[in-house]
Amino acid sequence: MAKTATTREKPTTPSDGIGTELRLRMYRMLVEIREAEQRAYDLFLQNLVKGTSHLSLGQEAVAVGCAAAMEPGDLTFCTYRGHAHTLARGVPVEKVLGELMGRDNGLLRGKGGSMHLTSVEHGVMGSYAIVGAHLPIACGAAWRAQLKGATDISVCFFGDGTTNIGAFHEALNLAAIWSLPVVFVCENNLYMEYTPISEVTAVEDPAAGRASAYGLDRILIDGQDADVVYRTAKAAYDKARAGGGPSLIECKTYRYSGHSRADPAKYRPAGELDEWRQQRDPVRIYRKRALESGIGEDALAAVDRDARRKIDEATETCKAAPLPSADLLMTDVYADGGSAWRN
Amino acid sequence: MAELTYRDAVARGIAQEMERDADVVFLGEDVARAGGVFKATVGLLEQFGPLRVRDTPISEQAILGAAMGAAMTGLKPIAEIMFSDFFAVCFDYFANEFSKSRYMTAGQVKCPLVVRTANGGGTRFGAQHSQSVENWVMMIPGLKVVAPSTPLDVVGLMAASVRDPDPVVFLEHKSLYAVKGEVPDGEIVDTLGSARIVRAGKDATILALAMMVPRALEAAEKLKAEHGYDCEVIDVRSLVPLDTQTILGSVSRTHRVFTVEENPRLCGWGAELISIVSEEAFYSLDAPPLRITTPHIPLPSAANLEDLAIPSVERIAEVVGRSLAA
Repeated sequence: MAKTATTREKPTTPSDGIGTELRLRMYRMLVEIREAEQRAYDLFLQNLVKGTSHLSLGQEAVAVGCAAAMEPGDLTFCTYRGHAHTLARGVPVEKVLGELMGRDNGLLRGKGGSMHLTSVEHGVMGSYAIVGAHLPIACGAAWRAQLKGATDISVCFFGDGTTNIGAFHEALNLAAIWSLPVVFVCENNLYMEYTPISEVTAVEDPAAGRASAYGLDRILIDGQDADVVYRTAKAAYDKARAGGGPSLIECKTYRYSGHSRADPAKYRPAGELDEWRQQRDPVRIYRKRALESGIGEDALAAVDRDARRKIDEATETCKAAPLPSADLLMTDVYADGGSAWRN
Repeated sequence: MAELTYRDAVARGIAQEMERDADVVFLGEDVARAGGVFKATVGLLEQFGPLRVRDTPISEQAILGAAMGAAMTGLKPIAEIMFSDFFAVCFDYFANEFSKSRYMTAGQVKCPLVVRTANGGGTRFGAQHSQSVENWVMMIPGLKVVAPSTPLDVVGLMAASVRDPDPVVFLEHKSLYAVKGEVPDGEIVDTLGSARIVRAGKDATILALAMMVPRALEAAEKLKAEHGYDCEVIDVRSLVPLDTQTILGSVSRTHRVFTVEENPRLCGWGAELISIVSEEAFYSLDAPPLRITTPHIPLPSAANLEDLAIPSVERIAEVVGRSLAA
């Protein structure tokens, strides 16, 4: 647990200005994402989800806090570990599960899969499975906002491993010199795939430790506390919207599952997972916070119940949904809707 | 009607589109204040200002990523990658990102952008600044690929590329920048996916691209003068979409086909064209189709060696003439 001791953020108190409505909304998002991710895992075991999947179990507070602070029209760019970020923007869960299950009702009608969840109507501008690729893309979206005088901001999520790839550095530099309205959010879950990030990174804090290289503030927070994430994100968004340029936020977090479906995560020291689950679980932390802030047990239990029912219903909807029709194979390669490359 | 260099035609084409559409923006290394290392974008900064014409750091991934993010949210960016060899350091965007996003998202994400670059050899720059990389991008589903050979085509195909709703790779040939040609006044808009018969003939079809077009034309004149052979030369212009109808129509009249490619031989674009002709016009052919290419080597720097590597007028005339005489 030594790593979390580096957290610079003060503990959140119940009287911090986050009202009941927002708190309940964030609690609901946390629970729904937790349930959806657990369901994705279960559906894998039933062989109803194939391929691969990268779950955010344990990391939910980053997606929730960041999404809750966004305005409609703000843009989300996420990675192959993007179910949580997609759901947090309000994308219906059956569209996400349907995509994971390769059904026609999926967000991408089965053409993208788990690693490419996208819902432009919800501001989810894509999930990118090439590490680092979307950081420059988020810069481009932010450049468009700057050029057009639009007020939207771009929020770009990525893991700790991304901080060691070139595109990270190119994007940070470009965002800084052009003062772009983009916020970079690093989810440091301590492991770059199967390897501890500390073993392969020159600085202790892979994102925050690089911020000064681009003239940015060092921001390192507890990613397990949705309130902390929300307030930090909100401040960064306000700054970006006001023309103050980009921010880089590093959130310390932990993933309960392995890197992907194929990874049993045996490289973790004994007891580490249990320690995080028991002491740093984002849902548990937030449930306690909600109770302390005066939200009743009944209200929270209702949220828990509703979330489970919603996921159950979505699962049944997806199981009953048809497979994508064969003609989709050759559509949408080009703007004419087809795939013709010759006359 | 003005006589323009190929280089000036680039700036003219971009300016025409930026003037027409405020969403067209332009970014790249040394493109704004310096006007481009090949001086192909002189005057754009002055005409359109620093918000729409932007110098970038040496960050090819950031250039293409930013172009993509801008394109998918409503702009129509033109991104310059200074030398096509540098595609290799930002190839993810060609291979995985703007080429695939429309398909992967079932049509949700659209990337109307142009990547323009200086492609090709003849300038003694050596193996990392001289390659012909059209086959690198032609093989990727979702991209369109054009390569103009004249100043007029530069302007018209640039307009067509900017107006196209798909990502287009626009390959300028660095050894053609100084070439002059007539370009009419007023708006010029060409069509992607249209090859052009630049010399009519009945004895053979020669398919060429970019700098190989003037060489193929010269070879055709040489063959006419020396042997009386009458070769048809087609400027392919657009590899994707590919105008196979013009090519197959020509082969059905001439019964012989040759490709002249500056790319190294393996998996060069000519192989695909020959494959199409072989599958669809086999019984029209009187002789085996032949490819005239750069060998499967990196390009050397020394003038005599580079000249040996890239198909020359003499080599084209020799290969075509030998086949016709057989």
